[in-house]
Amino acid sequence: MTTPKPRVGLFVTCLVDFFRPTVGFSAVKLLEDAGCEVSVPAAQTCCGQPAYNSGDRAGARSLAEQVIALFEDFDHVVIPSGSCAGMITTHYPSLFSGEPNWRLRAERLAAKTHELTSFLVDVLHISPLPVTWEGTATYHDSCSGLRELGIKEQPRQLLSAVDGLAVKEMRDPEACCGFGGAFCVKYDEISNAIVERKVADVRATGADLLLSGDLGCLLNIAGKLKREGSRVEVRHVAEVLAGMTSGPSIGEARK
Amino acid sequence: MSGGLTSLSFPKNAQAALANPPLLKAIAHIEETLVSGRRRAVDALPEFEALRDAGRDIKAHTLKHLDLYLEAFEKKVVEAGGFVHWAADAAEASRIILDICQSAGARRVTKGKSMITEEVGLNAFLQENGITPVETDLGEYIIQLRGETPSHIIAPAVHVNKEQVAADFRRAHADLDPARNLDEPTSLLAEARGVLRERFLAADVGITGANFLVAETGSAVIVTNEGNGDLTQILPKTHIVLASIEKVVPTLEDVATIMRLLARSATGQEMGVYTTFSTGPRRAGDPDGPEAFHVVLLDNGRSAMLGSEFEDMLRCIRCGACINHCPVYRSIGGHAYGSVYPGPMGSVLTPSLQGLEKSAHLANASTLCGRCESVCPMRIPLPKMLRHWREKEFERHLTPKTARFGLAAWRFLAVRPRLYGLVTRLGAWGLMRLARRNGALRQAPLAGGWTRWRDLPAPEGGTFRTEWAKRGRT
Repeated sequence: MTTPKPRVGLFVTCLVDFFRPTVGFSAVKLLEDAGCEVSVPAAQTCCGQPAYNSGDRAGARSLAEQVIALFEDFDHVVIPSGSCAGMITTHYPSLFSGEPNWRLRAERLAAKTHELTSFLVDVLHISPLPVTWEGTATYHDSCSGLRELGIKEQPRQLLSAVDGLAVKEMRDPEACCGFGGAFCVKYDEISNAIVERKVADVRATGADLLLSGDLGCLLNIAGKLKREGSRVEVRHVAEVLAGMTSGPSIGEARK
Repeated sequence: MSGGLTSLSFPKNAQAALANPPLLKAIAHIEETLVSGRRRAVDALPEFEALRDAGRDIKAHTLKHLDLYLEAFEKKVVEAGGFVHWAADAAEASRIILDICQSAGARRVTKGKSMITEEVGLNAFLQENGITPVETDLGEYIIQLRGETPSHIIAPAVHVNKEQVAADFRRAHADLDPARNLDEPTSLLAEARGVLRERFLAADVGITGANFLVAETGSAVIVTNEGNGDLTQILPKTHIVLASIEKVVPTLEDVATIMRLLARSATGQEMGVYTTFSTGPRRAGDPDGPEAFHVVLLDNGRSAMLGSEFEDMLRCIRCGACINHCPVYRSIGGHAYGSVYPGPMGSVLTPSLQGLEKSAHLANASTLCGRCESVCPMRIPLPKMLRHWREKEFERHLTPKTARFGLAAWRFLAVRPRLYGLVTRLGAWGLMRLARRNGALRQAPLAGGWTRWRDLPAPEGGTFRTEWAKRGRT
């Protein structure tokens, strides 16, 4: 008799779906290697965070209902993003105040939703299969993951098992990168000033690889590094942990 | 309000700030002074997190029974021989203070550092009525000479450098030797001290704010680093305290608890240099003190915050930690906000004080990174409240049309997974083709705000969901 495999619903997030499917496949590999049965509900779109952070509660709510209905039957819901996971775990229940049934469903989903690195470390207590990356990485703590979910040591712990990889910390890895969803285009000059500081901090480490757990931050930082002509590679932490690094890094030219 | 509020032109203000290198250089110092200082002080105090809980609880309790504690405070002030005046708004507070000054026959008043007098625009009002207010905090004195408003709640002149101060002093202190050396901060400090000493002695009325009002004793408490507040409130015959109603705490013990959070959060000091308790006027046998002691209690929109989703904001002790740690403030400084209070605490408070219509942008000018909340000694959920203001803007249709349209379009697509799949598939493929082999775009349709400053990394090609389906997976 073996215990049944935990059934995991993977919410890839709209950004990963659109920009960087490799992150989704890396997450699948990490979860399957860890003994999970992974499903990706085909009708998933967006968690509703853009609406929520723009003050559109009704819009956020209609997307939350869709996510709850799609994912509530899994044992766990795993998301390769601290920001979207934080939306579900921290904010979904508040969208249904005064509606006990929906609120209960939201709370149940919140309780079993996890950001990817936190799920591997805090829930499964596993180390991924050995992989190799020769070089020095620096890790950007994305704001929602860090401050809503307490994700700080989990990715570093997982990275410490990567053969050949050294992690060199930035002076201020917890500083916001300036992405902020709609903020980055609405107040683009301020967003630029913030990402300039982040990129200077990245470059000062001398690392050849910038990692993080949120694609929003990664697109922003990669875009700025590119514009400055930097050769620092940018990848989602899941790509390195899963060893799926043969393709171009974020924003890098195809060979 | 003093200086004119320009929150509605926030984007323009921010642009101007970003094109002002001396300003950017000046505010960059916040990192190695205030931020590092707080870090060191907090690391050295193991019970800091427990103190934050205690501070939050004291303030939350007080706000639940604010009427009770304010009346208790009033009773104690009167027992000590002082007067309490209740002001519903800025105009009433200014009028009350002017009346007190005029009854005292005052021509010159000195002022301790006080954001609340900025909020009511007191200086301009007194001047219009023939009374000269002199700021005595060095930072406030500098910006008064410059005709500016504070750009930070605890470091009002943080945007100014010492060369600018030297030029201001030469202009304002024209009676001093033009050949004097003003290259060093110490020489600037000595000059200000000399000039201000005369002003202290000449003042008829001293006006201060208060960091705390103590219900059990009727005391007003100020925390300063320069001692100017003490000279302001001890030397003149009349001392007026202007404080907003949420400054009251029940007991001296509560002051002691919150004091342990205040200076550490603000500057990284264990305590401010001077902490002074004023209780009533000078008593028989007291060596010094004013003959008359007045407290003006200002509401100005605060009682309407009680019981609302913004009540927690009234726990604020004005330490400025949220401001110092805000990536937006650190990029543009305080004046760009165009409000009396800048940064995260200002963006939450300002719409309550002056109306949402006059402060659009403020709640949106945040990445919601949450660092403000993580350093707030009173654990005020600032991002949550910024989001509440965004919700109110959305409800009242103050959100710009383009943003509303974008949100509606996104929602329309996102609740139609098949259509969403088709559109995202086409979009990802199109952008990938547009980027060719470059992997990133220097320009892209509908992404001007993004590509003006950074490249747009190109999508890999197919969306995850199509690639997943191709593998026959569900």
